[in-house]
Amino acid sequence: MAKKPNNKRRDFLQLSTVTLGAVGTAAFIWPFLKSMSPAEDTLAAGSTEVDISAIEEGQSITIKWRGKPVFIKKRTKDEIEAAKMVQAGDLRDPQDDADRVQKEEWLVLVGVCTHLGCVPLGQKVSDMKGEYDGWYCPCHGSHYDTSGRIRKGPAPKNLDVPPYTFLNDTTIKIG
Amino acid sequence: MDQNRKVHQFKNPVLNWIEFRLPIISYFKKEYGDYPMPKNCNYFWSFGALATITLVTMIVSGIFLAMNYTPHTDMAFDSVERIMRDVNYGWLMRYIHSNGAAFFFIIVYIHIVRAMYFGSYKYPRELNWILGVFIFLLMMATSFLGYTLPWGQMSYWGATVITNLFSAIPFIGEGLKTWLLGDYNVGNATLNRFFALHYVLPFVIFGVVGLHVAAVHVHGSNNPDGIDIKTNNDSVNFFPYMLIKDTVAMCAFGVAISAVIFFGPNLMAEVDNYIPADPLVTPAHIVPNWYLAPFYAILRAVPDKLGGVLLMFGAIVILFVLPWLDRSKVRSCNYRPIYKWFMMGFFVNFFALGYVGMLPAEGLYLLIARVGLLYYFGFFFIITPFVGWIEKPSKLPLSISDVYAKNIAPNIGGGEKGIPSPAMQKDTNL
Repeated sequence: MAKKPNNKRRDFLQLSTVTLGAVGTAAFIWPFLKSMSPAEDTLAAGSTEVDISAIEEGQSITIKWRGKPVFIKKRTKDEIEAAKMVQAGDLRDPQDDADRVQKEEWLVLVGVCTHLGCVPLGQKVSDMKGEYDGWYCPCHGSHYDTSGRIRKGPAPKNLDVPPYTFLNDTTIKIG
Repeated sequence: MDQNRKVHQFKNPVLNWIEFRLPIISYFKKEYGDYPMPKNCNYFWSFGALATITLVTMIVSGIFLAMNYTPHTDMAFDSVERIMRDVNYGWLMRYIHSNGAAFFFIIVYIHIVRAMYFGSYKYPRELNWILGVFIFLLMMATSFLGYTLPWGQMSYWGATVITNLFSAIPFIGEGLKTWLLGDYNVGNATLNRFFALHYVLPFVIFGVVGLHVAAVHVHGSNNPDGIDIKTNNDSVNFFPYMLIKDTVAMCAFGVAISAVIFFGPNLMAEVDNYIPADPLVTPAHIVPNWYLAPFYAILRAVPDKLGGVLLMFGAIVILFVLPWLDRSKVRSCNYRPIYKWFMMGFFVNFFALGYVGMLPAEGLYLLIARVGLLYYFGFFFIITPFVGWIEKPSKLPLSISDVYAKNIAPNIGGGEKGIPSPAMQKDTNL
């Protein structure tokens, strides 16, 4: 008769010990996992100011921001026209050209292919620019248009537009 | 404890002293001395031993390389060049290590081909197979991490492409990738942790290899005829027979790897990796190490990011369940007239996938990759279960000794097929 309540008590003790142990272990593992996330100094990567006065129409420059390449392109009339002509609804990642630029002629993009992170070609005059005359990623064949939108190939998304502001007519602050 | 347990007696008193306190001497005698090997095992059965030797070589050469390597983005490339030019025999260590990795995969691929063709993965060795696939996965992870360390262009962009695979996972992908990298792109934090993990994983592999070997020793090795040992006539002791045979195989392997290390150390290397990593310029043509190329081909064959990633990992994960996809009780393909050809087709297909995985994913190459992808999965999901169901296997020999009796029979002219005459049985008691 005395055994039954005892068993119950033992079950309770066993269960609570195991639970406490599991929670304790999880709490102990957390700092180790968290230590692998970007450190504070990495997070404080900051911003970059770029002088864009020397960029000619049709020219594009590459600058480094948070360790990544950023493309700044002064687009030609034809390129702007081509980017605006496209119906956003037909695209894989639908977006109007107007939503991707602050000033029509200036296109600012993170130069990292949204497929597997390569840097697309198209910055130099001699580069392949792909079938839509924007950028072409040589790694796995993604084609981007003159607005940096994905048009063909395995990449799922358009090239990212980083946060930026025009400090004045000749300077952009990225970040 | 049990004071009455039987202690093995040796002639040497030192051995007896140890044995009484820790019975490892009798353990080694049992597992590596008297351990019965089927006497029909061919040289395919030496590749497990070769893989173990290579693992040890990789660990040793790696430790010595680590003594001179600096895991920092500013210094990694130069420290590797210093190993090549200034460190005494540094070039040898590095070429042993880089080519050793390639040979490790050659050996392990042959070892896997052996296991698949002769049905070593079937009952009762399923867990052994699972441990083996696990080792294969760990090897791929380790080689990928190690390839990042020289911090050349291929190192950097290979690491970028592979870690970006994780970003394909819906919702948590980007966060997971950032967590793995310790930064928003491959950087110093990444290089540091990759070095730490590259150092420790081989020891994990070593541990799993221990389990893998222990597991195969429970039921004994499979053999080319895929039948069990029934009497002492069917087997030979590991020592000295198998050990000598493995030693011969090791000598041949030593000649092959030395030829590459000394006469063509960069045959399997990518030229672009001798250019320091540049985060702003991607090489025109990114290629993985050839031993990972079949899986890379599968990744690129799919015109969808998530789909490609899932199929690539799926191609490895599917191996885990192979013992349950194959319903045939007959182990060896030597006795499976239909499945045998599909199996050989699988090996050729895997090779073809690897070939196109090294070439640009366009036109004909892309088509080959897609056909190869279909056959790869078709082999596991359709051919393997279906053939096991419809195929009528050839007649299995009664025993391993019987195999030899059959082979000798026509020459000596005695004994019915499958029933060895007493004289011949004596012959086969090698």
